Amino acid sequence: MSKQIDLVDLDIYYGDFLAVEGVNLTVKANSVMSFIGPSGCGKSTVLRSINRMHEVIPGAHVTGEVNLDGENVYGSNVDPVLVRRTIGMVFQRPNPFPTMSIADNVIAGLKLEKDKKRTESYDEIVEKSLRGANLWEEVKDRLKRPGASLSGGQQQRLCIARAIAVEPQVLLMDEPCSALDPISTLAIEELIRELKNRYTIIIVTHNMQQAGRVSDDTAFFNLAGIGQPGKLIEVGPTAQIFANPTSQQTEDYVAGRFG
Amino acid sequence: MSDLSSLTSGAPVSTPEANMHIPSSEAPPPPGSAPATKSGGDDPVRLTGHRLPRWAPWAIAAIAIALGLIVQLTGITVVGFAPGVIAALVFLIGQTGASWAVEGRRHTTDRLATTLIYTTFVLALVPLLWILITVVLKGLSVFSIEFFTSTMRNVNPRAEGGGIAHAFIGTLEQVGIAALIAVPVGVLAAVYLVEFGKGKLSYWISFFVDVMTGIPSIVAGLFIYTALILTGVLQQSGLAAGLALAILMLPVIIRTTEEMLRIVPNELREGALALGVPKWKVILRVVIPTAISGIITGVMLAVARVAGETAPLLLVTFLAQDININPVAGSQASLPTFIWDQISRGTQPSVDRAWGGALALILFVLVLYAGARIIAKFYAPKAR
Repeated sequence: MSKQIDLVDLDIYYGDFLAVEGVNLTVKANSVMSFIGPSGCGKSTVLRSINRMHEVIPGAHVTGEVNLDGENVYGSNVDPVLVRRTIGMVFQRPNPFPTMSIADNVIAGLKLEKDKKRTESYDEIVEKSLRGANLWEEVKDRLKRPGASLSGGQQQRLCIARAIAVEPQVLLMDEPCSALDPISTLAIEELIRELKNRYTIIIVTHNMQQAGRVSDDTAFFNLAGIGQPGKLIEVGPTAQIFANPTSQQTEDYVAGRFG
Repeated sequence: MSDLSSLTSGAPVSTPEANMHIPSSEAPPPPGSAPATKSGGDDPVRLTGHRLPRWAPWAIAAIAIALGLIVQLTGITVVGFAPGVIAALVFLIGQTGASWAVEGRRHTTDRLATTLIYTTFVLALVPLLWILITVVLKGLSVFSIEFFTSTMRNVNPRAEGGGIAHAFIGTLEQVGIAALIAVPVGVLAAVYLVEFGKGKLSYWISFFVDVMTGIPSIVAGLFIYTALILTGVLQQSGLAAGLALAILMLPVIIRTTEEMLRIVPNELREGALALGVPKWKVILRVVIPTAISGIITGVMLAVARVAGETAPLLLVTFLAQDININPVAGSQASLPTFIWDQISRGTQPSVDRAWGGALALILFVLVLYAGARIIAKFYAPKAR
């Protein structure tokens, strides 16, 4: 059960500074969209504004709409905590909770929300989520060990398991492979292709080959210069963005002429 | 001799063989300081340098100590610690000279810094060990079952016997009350400052915490005395002592807890928030557990600091010779005031009792500290 995301005239600010300007974008349900663009163009900022993680930074705010199946997550009665339960997130650096075991890390999000009705036991959820993150076979014998005992790639898959354990409808990934080796990256890319069946996924990446491998659609962001707001330049099917972009900037970027 | 001169002295030499052995016609240049890169591209890069043998510092130290002993034996010293100072200076000059002649400037600096660091380390340890050894030696002589189970009621200052039961109970209650007040307030204040505080309010809280850190303990006692005891709100009592100690504990707890919370990586907070966990639960279940080991250490330092406070206690609870369990009425003894009381009586049995009290106080703090370390270890983040 995944959902469509529409960004409508989204302006994103850090205090008075306009970081990203006028984003209009649709991510179809059960698809993978990748955000590409040079450093500082606002890809991660846009991503963080979708599940209202942007406003965790003091002074940061947005104008415009982020619609989840038509419902604006910035609406007046919307609870950001509930938004984040629906739209999960995986970060650039794996960040398992250091005080918790592997199993506790997976169910951390569930344990901390007691009001939700559940039919499965914690053990079942741990297994299901770890299987979903392709980590179960590697850690099933040491679920009580600390999460920090895993390798970087395993930690990142643990974080994905943690994110899908709360059963979100959308999964945001902020450069999930940039701290990982090629083999771990491959494992996570395979995982993304599997997860597409159940979630809508947006992935920020600096790696254009990765965008080509995992995503159905690609959005290219760029900024005119230092201090200028980032803008969405072009969005379309990944094959088209890479083979036949309409914008010269996009062509230059995917051809590796800058960035 | 500088690095540059060795460069130029090596420059005309171009054969690899000569490059390995620096010309000995002049004073040995600092080897290891410069591979002769200027003299041409085909010279091999030299990776070895002349080093003092491993036993050299020890030999120099032995010579230095021997010289110090000779000075000591001849008896020409002006002050008692002169032989030590002479030995240290001889070692310093000897090692620096030898290193300069053989190894070059970088290694000389390294050895000087090493010597300096070890010396200051030992100097810092001397008073600590001295105090510990003195207190243990003098305190152990009065330790007995009776010392821990009896009080000073009806004990003549000139007579042996008596004990610290009343003082120990008093300290336990007073420090307990202080911790009960200061730990929650302090930890919560730190949580506010780190997780929520921005703008003027947090600036001023931070400012006053800094000011509080500098409050002399007697002033905290005076404050409780004038604000609560002279106004009749409280008697001189254990509770009043606890309040005064809480004032002293508070800034230490706030500062250390703040530091510990600040080093919790922001990624953990964001990771938990992104799971849809409310902020208060993020703080309670992720941030504080991650920092708990440091927080406990900070609390223990604060407890240790106030457990030995004497001046405010003399003002707000004064002395007692018998057990007073009730913290809200009547004077209560405590270990520091017990020590002060016994010392001030001046008789040998009293002074012995004071040393016993001092040892008991140190052991009390040590046991608390060990307990806290065990608790902290239990909660601390585990690597594997």
